[in-house]
Amino acid sequence: MSDLTTVGKKITKRDAPLKVTGGATYIQDLKIPGMLYGGILYGQYAHAKILKLDTARAERLPGVTAVITAADVPNDFRFGIMKDNPPLKGGRVRSTRDEIAAVAATSAEIAAAALELIEVEYEELPGIFDPLEAMKEGAPLVHEEMKSNILKMPWKLVCGDVESAKKESAYVVSDTFRTQWVTHCCLGTSGCLAALDTSNNLTMYSNTQIPSLAQNDYIEALAAFGLKGRRVRIIQCTIGGGFGSKLDTYAYEYIAILLSMKTRKPVKFIFSREEEFFATSPRQCSITKISQGCDKDGRLTFREVEMVLDNGAYTSWGATTPSVMMMPISSLYKVPNIKYVAQCVYTNNTYSQAMRGYGNPQATFAIESSLDQLAEKAGLDPYELRFRNANEPGELTPQNFQVTSCGMKECMAEVVKRLDWKGKKGNGNGRGVGMASLIHVGGGARVYKSDGCGTIIKMDDRGKVDVLTGATEIGQGSETVIAQIVAEVLGVTIDDINVINNDTDVCPWDVGAHASRSTFVAGNSALGAAQKIREKMLAVAAQNMGEDPASLDIKNGVVFSMQDKEKSMPLSKVLRKGHYTPGGKMFMAEHFYDPPNENFDKEFKGNLSVSYAYGVHGVEVEVDRETGQVKILNYIAAHDVGKAINPMLLEGQIYGGGLMGIGYALGETMIYEKGHLKNGNFLDYKMPTAKDVPPVQAVIVETDEQAGPFGAKGIGEPGLVPTAPAIANAIYDAVGVRIRELPITPEKVLRALQEKAQADAGRSGA
Amino acid sequence: MKEMKRYSLTLTVNNETHAVVTPPNRTLLEVLRDDLQLTGTKEGCGEGACGSCTVLVDGQPVRSCLTLAVAMEGRKITTIEGLAQGGKLHPIQAAFVENHAIQCGFCGPGMILTSQALLNDNPTPAEGEIRRAISGNVCRCTGYAKIVKAVQSLAGEER
Repeated sequence: MSDLTTVGKKITKRDAPLKVTGGATYIQDLKIPGMLYGGILYGQYAHAKILKLDTARAERLPGVTAVITAADVPNDFRFGIMKDNPPLKGGRVRSTRDEIAAVAATSAEIAAAALELIEVEYEELPGIFDPLEAMKEGAPLVHEEMKSNILKMPWKLVCGDVESAKKESAYVVSDTFRTQWVTHCCLGTSGCLAALDTSNNLTMYSNTQIPSLAQNDYIEALAAFGLKGRRVRIIQCTIGGGFGSKLDTYAYEYIAILLSMKTRKPVKFIFSREEEFFATSPRQCSITKISQGCDKDGRLTFREVEMVLDNGAYTSWGATTPSVMMMPISSLYKVPNIKYVAQCVYTNNTYSQAMRGYGNPQATFAIESSLDQLAEKAGLDPYELRFRNANEPGELTPQNFQVTSCGMKECMAEVVKRLDWKGKKGNGNGRGVGMASLIHVGGGARVYKSDGCGTIIKMDDRGKVDVLTGATEIGQGSETVIAQIVAEVLGVTIDDINVINNDTDVCPWDVGAHASRSTFVAGNSALGAAQKIREKMLAVAAQNMGEDPASLDIKNGVVFSMQDKEKSMPLSKVLRKGHYTPGGKMFMAEHFYDPPNENFDKEFKGNLSVSYAYGVHGVEVEVDRETGQVKILNYIAAHDVGKAINPMLLEGQIYGGGLMGIGYALGETMIYEKGHLKNGNFLDYKMPTAKDVPPVQAVIVETDEQAGPFGAKGIGEPGLVPTAPAIANAIYDAVGVRIRELPITPEKVLRALQEKAQADAGRSGA
Repeated sequence: MKEMKRYSLTLTVNNETHAVVTPPNRTLLEVLRDDLQLTGTKEGCGEGACGSCTVLVDGQPVRSCLTLAVAMEGRKITTIEGLAQGGKLHPIQAAFVENHAIQCGFCGPGMILTSQALLNDNPTPAEGEIRRAISGNVCRCTGYAKIVKAVQSLAGEER
């Protein structure tokens, strides 16, 4: 593939010129004639009865067009995977983000003023905020109609025989690890604009990452609202950050539809930053009990994991993160015996959603921290333990994942070399090194019945190409990668390609921008469509040139004979021959690619992805014993990506994911007190800034995945998966304290250092 | 709601003068976006903590969400729409494109203007100076690596 012209090149992002000039239209920037501004009133308590809700004064405010409450939601409509979430809550609030009333007004200011005029009286009820407490018999019920706070969503994976393996292990470690809520912090806040036409067909201007699935959600909602069989069109604006936050539909979107129905006008919602913090769904938090063992040679024998997840008051994709947590639990390193059980528990806290990595970072924090404990117990270098158990090509994992390409050992070698692992390990001078690995889906993920994506390609008279893809651009660069793949196959330049990716009226079906699947699935879909249209063009060219189509190639918009390059025909001429010849033909092709991966069976086993992405992160830290401050001196992020379609954009994913992971590890946390968020702003929620960035090396390892487009695998999520345990392990190497709870703040490190000093003193005293 | 007294003022934005009539409590950000339709300036938080709304006032980066429009009379305001000339990207914009410093792009306008203000003051900033200068501009996508690289690519160039 040495003669690739576009694939593998550092092509600049296609939408960057529009974005750097301020010309891109985000949902914030959209205005439609006659549109109204929406606002939502949230309950003031985490758990309370609503005794009175009086909207009369708000309705009388000039400029207010409509006020709605739960009474205006037809047919007790509820959304979410468990259908436990009404868009407006009546009678009772169960979390501080519960929507209880909404207004539409002629300006955002009037909408805000109207919310102030709504009178509510509550009777506060005792809330439950600790999932372990909520699991106990007799705990107050979050949903009184249910018998228990434990969700009927049992997650259980058993492979082999953990009990026997435990007995036969030479070394066993057990510990408990906790992770926190963190939030996506998309710079563009949430928003939508719902517009119904006179026939009650809905156009939703949206930020969604799942246009085809959101379309279905809205169609169902319209049916529940009495508008069965109506059309829904979703137009995506430029999306100001996704990271998984837009993988579900939310109350505000249904409220916008209801207000649009009531007012017969377009209604727009834009979240304030405060709302974005408390009223959107964060990463799932977790409590993880883990045991792992190995034999006397350091071969892993078993891994046993029990998890409790705080589900919050309603259910979104956070509750399904165990489906992805199973992947590292069963298949990160070679472990023959696996047991994993997870329970999600209703509380009066916020409810969680998808966020980059989808459970993988939480599970990997426990696995990789525990693995270092096991290495110490077995008297092995942590790298040596990992290398002996590293995944390899051709392996079938206990969960029935078929490993195709696998560059874990190569990534490990890069980390060891670039970090000077052997020179730096175990010096105990306040500096230390740590590493952690990752496995993630790299060839799509069959989480729905389909993992498909469609592409339509059409050509004009002059060799310009329109690519209609189902893939959503959330900033990651899918648009550019798809353009590169199509340009490569069609033998045209990148500038000849126009990608259309934001309108369900014209774009084909796709399951969504999730699971690091766009390059692999949408890329393969685009590749298939491009190959079909290439064949059509070559057939017409062959006829006109008197050549065999198999002897022809296309480069730079010219069809030529590979035997005699003098024999050529401009592609534009080929296209016009097709269009202008009597009985002619149109150059258009469609292709739906649904990867041959498997849904889990009843035991949660099956080949979830066509290929798996691997990576190893290594870090050198310095810990200040006086303050507990952790400084990252060097950070290596080595990733097996199959093939880099665009190395520059790929590095962008690694750097961006890596820093998000560093924030997760060292600083970010949503501080909730009795269900109330205490730090819902950018000053108190500590996201890394440019000053906080350590030296990071992004290392690309190519393994040429046979099933991938030009050999590529997914890379959207992996960059943050092993960050936290790599850092935690380095801290242990530096100062001998094990931090079991994220984020690793200076306070926690200092406390651990003090406890260690006391324990050491006690030991030497005795 | 009680109507507030309105003020007439002249704003100079991107070398054009605009007559604006506004109540005194409106921010420069609101007037730029809603009255002048210059939506390239973004609101990321509305409380001065993210830098997305950064514009240049007499060459200095200013958070337009914390700046009252009525205080801007006689000042020279530059927004992201004012950088490209004659359909050609400004060098700082081109550097952001070439170095892949833009992903979702929402922080981009503020980030670019903050970076340009730095380069205007200090044409050869060191990496640490760049990081300090943009540390008030939050980006969630890029990890800042390629933003720093984009600014570095212009360090020392004639402008």
